[in-house]
Amino acid sequence: MNAPNTSGWRPAMGPAGDAEAGLATASGDRGLMVEEPLIFELGAGNGCGVDFDQSGPEPLPLPSLSRFLRKSAPALPGLSEPDAMRHYTRLSRQNYAIDLGPFPLGSCTMKHNPRLNEKTARLPGFADIHPLQPQQTVRGAFEVIHQLAHWLITLTGMEAVAMSPKAGAHGELCGLLCIRAAHDARGSARRVVLVPESAHGTNPATAAFAGYRVESIPGTADGRVDLAALKARLGGGRDSDVAGVMITNPNTCGLFERDMRAISGAVHAAGGYVYCDGANFNAIVGKVRPGDLGIDAMHINLHKTFSTPHGGGGPGSGPVVLSAALAPFAPLPFVTRDTDGTVRLVEEEDAPADGPQTFGRMAAFHGQMGMFTRALTYILSHGADGLRQVAEDAVLNANYVLRSLDGVLDAPFGGSGPCMHEALFSDAGLPEGFSTLDIAKGLIDEGFHPMTIYFPLVVHGAMLVEPTECESRQGLDRLIASLRAVAERALAGDETLKSAPRFAPRRRLDETRAARKPVLTWQGHVQPPAAPSLSETGGG
Amino acid sequence: MSRYFTRDHEWIEVEGDTGTVGITDYAQGQLGDITFVELPAAGQAVKKGDSVSVVDSVKAASDIYTPASGAVTDVNHALADEPELVNADAEAGGWLYRLKLSDPGELGGLMDRAGYEEYVGGL
Amino acid sequence: MRYLPLTPADRAEMLGLIGAASIDDLFSDVPAEARLSGPIAGLPMHASEMAVERHMAALAAKNLSAGAAPFFLGAGAYRHHIPASVDHLIQRGEFLTAYTPYQPEIAQGTLQVLFEFQTQVARLLGTDIANASMYDGSTACWEAIAMAGRVTGRKRAVLSGGLHPHYVASVQTMARFTGDTIDARTPKLDAAPDDAGVIAAIDGETACAVVQYPDILGRIPDLAAIAAATQAAGALLVVVVTEPVALGLLEAPGKLGADIVVGEGQSLGVGLQFGGPYLGLFGCREKFVRQMPGRLTGQTVDADGRRGFVLTLSTREQHIRREKATSNICTSSVLCALAFSIHMTLLGGEGLARLAAINHGRAQALAARLAGVPGVRLLNDAWFNEFTVLLPGDAREVVRALADRQVLGGVSLGRLYPGVPELRRGLLVTATETATDEDIETLATALGEILEGMPA
Repeated sequence: MNAPNTSGWRPAMGPAGDAEAGLATASGDRGLMVEEPLIFELGAGNGCGVDFDQSGPEPLPLPSLSRFLRKSAPALPGLSEPDAMRHYTRLSRQNYAIDLGPFPLGSCTMKHNPRLNEKTARLPGFADIHPLQPQQTVRGAFEVIHQLAHWLITLTGMEAVAMSPKAGAHGELCGLLCIRAAHDARGSARRVVLVPESAHGTNPATAAFAGYRVESIPGTADGRVDLAALKARLGGGRDSDVAGVMITNPNTCGLFERDMRAISGAVHAAGGYVYCDGANFNAIVGKVRPGDLGIDAMHINLHKTFSTPHGGGGPGSGPVVLSAALAPFAPLPFVTRDTDGTVRLVEEEDAPADGPQTFGRMAAFHGQMGMFTRALTYILSHGADGLRQVAEDAVLNANYVLRSLDGVLDAPFGGSGPCMHEALFSDAGLPEGFSTLDIAKGLIDEGFHPMTIYFPLVVHGAMLVEPTECESRQGLDRLIASLRAVAERALAGDETLKSAPRFAPRRRLDETRAARKPVLTWQGHVQPPAAPSLSETGGG
Repeated sequence: MSRYFTRDHEWIEVEGDTGTVGITDYAQGQLGDITFVELPAAGQAVKKGDSVSVVDSVKAASDIYTPASGAVTDVNHALADEPELVNADAEAGGWLYRLKLSDPGELGGLMDRAGYEEYVGGL
Repeated sequence: MRYLPLTPADRAEMLGLIGAASIDDLFSDVPAEARLSGPIAGLPMHASEMAVERHMAALAAKNLSAGAAPFFLGAGAYRHHIPASVDHLIQRGEFLTAYTPYQPEIAQGTLQVLFEFQTQVARLLGTDIANASMYDGSTACWEAIAMAGRVTGRKRAVLSGGLHPHYVASVQTMARFTGDTIDARTPKLDAAPDDAGVIAAIDGETACAVVQYPDILGRIPDLAAIAAATQAAGALLVVVVTEPVALGLLEAPGKLGADIVVGEGQSLGVGLQFGGPYLGLFGCREKFVRQMPGRLTGQTVDADGRRGFVLTLSTREQHIRREKATSNICTSSVLCALAFSIHMTLLGGEGLARLAAINHGRAQALAARLAGVPGVRLLNDAWFNEFTVLLPGDAREVVRALADRQVLGGVSLGRLYPGVPELRRGLLVTATETATDEDIETLATALGEILEGMPA
C-alpha cells in the first residue's frame, strides 16, 4: 500500500504574486530549491529503515519486568532508508557550510575540516572501543591522548593539561574549578572573579556556575584591558578578595593584549590566578606560548585551533592547559606515562591516596576521544612549522580584510595598529535606519555566511570578520567585494537591503513570535492544504 | 495620587500606601518587542533597588529594579499571555506589580514626569 | 601545506598591500621577548596524508576493538549496530561543517533537524519538551539538579544508589563548589534497587531525587512510587536514562511522574568512541521551560509567512544573560543529536520496540547461559539488556583474564567502585543485538575456565 503524505502537509508557497508571475509550481519546489516537511508529516510514518538479525519471534519479556512495560510502542515515525536518505539530504541543502564557502564568523573560527581527520577517527581501533575496556586492550587510545597532550603542553609552554572537558565552556569551568581548589587548599575564601566587558558570555556564566561573584573590568579606548583599573580593583597584595581574572587573548576585539605579562604579574602579586580564554589561540599558535605570558590556565577549543568539525553546534572539546601552580588540582581521570614507557589512565581506581589534590571528576569517562583523534591528525599534518604558518596566514588574511574595507566600514580600533586573526567593524558609519543586521543579511544574498554580529558588546553594532587561514587570496577578494557592495548599498540608502535576504531558503524569521508563544515540539497540527496539487486534480 | 520615575526607567504610581510599578514608554521602545515578563511573587518583600522582575526581548533580558520597598500585593497576570501589553501600553495597562509601601519617604529621591523627560532628552 | 591556500607570492603581495614589511610587523603587539623566532624545537614538521594515516593506524591497531571480540560491556556506553546511512548523512558537509544556527535563513537544515530531535526526545522520554542536546548524560545530570534547585529554591539532592558512579562523582564535584548538599549512597547487592531508601531520604529541604532507570546494576526502580514521594515533599523527580533503547520496552519516565528526564543518547546513532563525544538528552515539564539549560529550537514563520525554525528563548543563555544564565553551556552536541535523530527515524517507534525486545531477549539468553557456569550467581530479579552477576572472587581480575583471552567480558564493579570491597565480586554484563550465540558461548566457556582456576 502506498499512502504518501497522509498528514496532508503542503509546502508553503513563496511570496504572494508568484502565481501571477508564472513562478508557482505545483510541488512548491523550484528546481534544486526544495521544501521538506517534518518527519512527522512524511508518509504514514510507520516505515522502518532497519532489518533485524533475528529470525523467530523474540522471547517474551521476563515476568518480573511486566509491571514496568510500556503499553504501546513510542509514537515516533519511521522511514525506510531511501525516504530517510532523501529527508536528511534535502534538509542538508538548506544549510550554509564551510564546504560551500567562507564562514567568516569572528571568534567562532570556522576553518576547513580536513577529511583525513574523519577517516582516522573512524578507524575501528578508535571508533569502536568502549571507555571501560581493560586498560591492556586500549593502550593505543591512551597513546593518542598522551601524544595530543604533549603537543598541547609544548605549544602552550605549560606544565600539564586536563583533557576531559567536553567543550570550551566546560574547559572554562575546569580552569575555574582548579583555581577554586587551589585557593581552598591554602585556606583562602576569595569569591570574586574579574572579567573584562568584552568577554564571551560563557566567561561570566562559568564563573557564576563555579560559585563566584563576577565583576567586570573596563577596557581602554584602544580595545584592551585597562591595566590601571585592574590593578586598582585587585587592591594591594594578599588580602585581595579576587580569586582570579578571566582574560581572552587575543581578545574579542581581535587584538593582542600587549600588557598581558603586566596583567599576570599584577594578579599574581595580589595572590590570584590568571585564566585565559583560549578561544583565539589559533591566532598565536607557534608564535608565542601562553606559558610565557604568565597564564595559569587556558582552554583550547579543538575545533577552533585544530580543525575538528563544529557540526552545527558541537560536539566540542576543551582541553585545559595548566601552570605548575594549578596542575596538582587537575580533574580525574588523566593519562600518564610510566618510566617503562607504558601509557595508562589514572582514574578513581588507581589514583594514589598521596597523589595530586585533584578537584575530582567533571564528566563520565575520559573526554572527547573522537575529537582527540581528529585534532592529533590535524596537528601531525601541519607539524610545528605548519601550525606557525596557520597563525601567520590567519593574521595576514584578517589584516588584508581590515585594510580592504577602509572607507566603507568603520573600524573602531583600526588606527591602533594591526589586528590579529579577526577584523572588527562597527555600525558607526551606517546611515540612519540601517543596521549591522542589514549588512549581515545582505551578505547572505551575496552567497556568504555573515560575520559575527553584535559581539563584542563593547562596540556598537559590532561586525567581527574572521576569514581564517583557509581562504585563498581570490576567495578573500570575492568576500571583500561583496562586503563592500553591501556596505555601499547601505551608505546609498538602498531600502531593499532591509528586506534581505531574498535568495535564501527563508526570509527573515519572526523571532518575537517564536519567543512569545514557544512551539518547541511538533504539535501534530495538520496544515490545511494549499492550492490543489496536480495529483489531486489529475484524476489518477 | 502621583507618579514618580527612576533613572533606570521604572515608574511608580502612588495612591495612599500602594504603589503600582511599570517601565516607561521610553524603556519599552528601547527594548523592542517584549517576549516575556518575569514577575515577583505576591507576598514577596522587596527592598528599593532590588531586581524583582525581568523583562525579556528576543536578544536581551533586562532587570527591573523596584523604585520602592514594600510587600508585593498583586501582579499583572495578563502579562503571562500578553507580554506585548508592555509595548502597547507601558505606562497603564502594561503595569508589572503593586506593592504596599513600607517607607514612602524613599519616593523623595525619584524624579517627577518633567524631570524624567528632561533626563531622557539628555540620553 | 595542503590546507593552506596562500602561496608565498600571495603573502608577499598582501603584506605589501597592507603596508607591512614582514609578517612579524603584524605580531608587533606580542612582547618581543615572548615571541618565538621559529617552529618550536623538538616537535615534528608537517607530514603527508599518507604518513599521518600510517601513524594513526598504527596507534589504532594497538587497541582491541569491540567488533573484533565477544563484547559485553555497558555501564553507560552501549554498542548497537548503527545503520551505514547514519554515518554517511552526518558526514555531509552541510551538516558536518556548519556552525550553530545563528543565521536561521541559511541554517534551516540544522534547525529543522533539531526541532525533530526535540520532538523525538520528548516523546521517547515522555516529557512535554526537550532541548537541543547537552554534552552527555553525566553533565546533563548535574544540569538537571541545578535546574531543580532553581525551580524549588532548595539546595539538596538525593541520589539513588543506582546512579552511575561517574555521574555521582561529576555531581559531587560541582556541588562542592556551588554549596549544594548531595545525599549519595553506594548500591547494595540486592535483587532490586533500594527505592525505599531513596524515599526515606526525601525531606522538606530536598530539591530533587535523582534515580537511574534502569540502574547501574541493571535493575529497574519503581519510579511511580518515588514520584509520589517527591511530589508530596514539594521536590522534583529527576530520572536518568543511560540506555535509551530500554525505553522501547519500558514505560517512559515522564509518564511515571518524572519532572525532569535526562539521558545519555549515545546508544542511538553514536558509536562507542572510547567515551566521547556523546550527547545529553534533556526533557522536562513545559512549565519549567524558562529554567531549562541549553539551546532550544522553536517554530515560527518568515517574512513571507512560511514556516521556519529559529533558536529561541535565548535570554536564558550565557551569551545574553552572562552571569545570570541558567547554564554556561554554549556548544553542545548537535552532530551527535543529528546521528541520534537519523537512527531514531530509521527505526521508528515500532522498530525501537523491536530492537528493545531483541536486546532483552539477548540478555535473557546471556543470563541463562551464565547461570549455568559454576560459581556464577545472577543478582537481578529484573533487567533490560544489562545485569549483574556475582563471582566467587574479584571481578577485576576476571575481566583482565578474559581480556587476555580476547574476550571483553563486562565491567567489574571494582572498577566502578574502587573503594568498596563488598562490591568487588560483582560483574556487570550487557548483551545488545550485537551479541551472537557464539559470543555468549565463548564468554561462558572462558569464564568457566577462569573461575575453575581461581583460588576460592
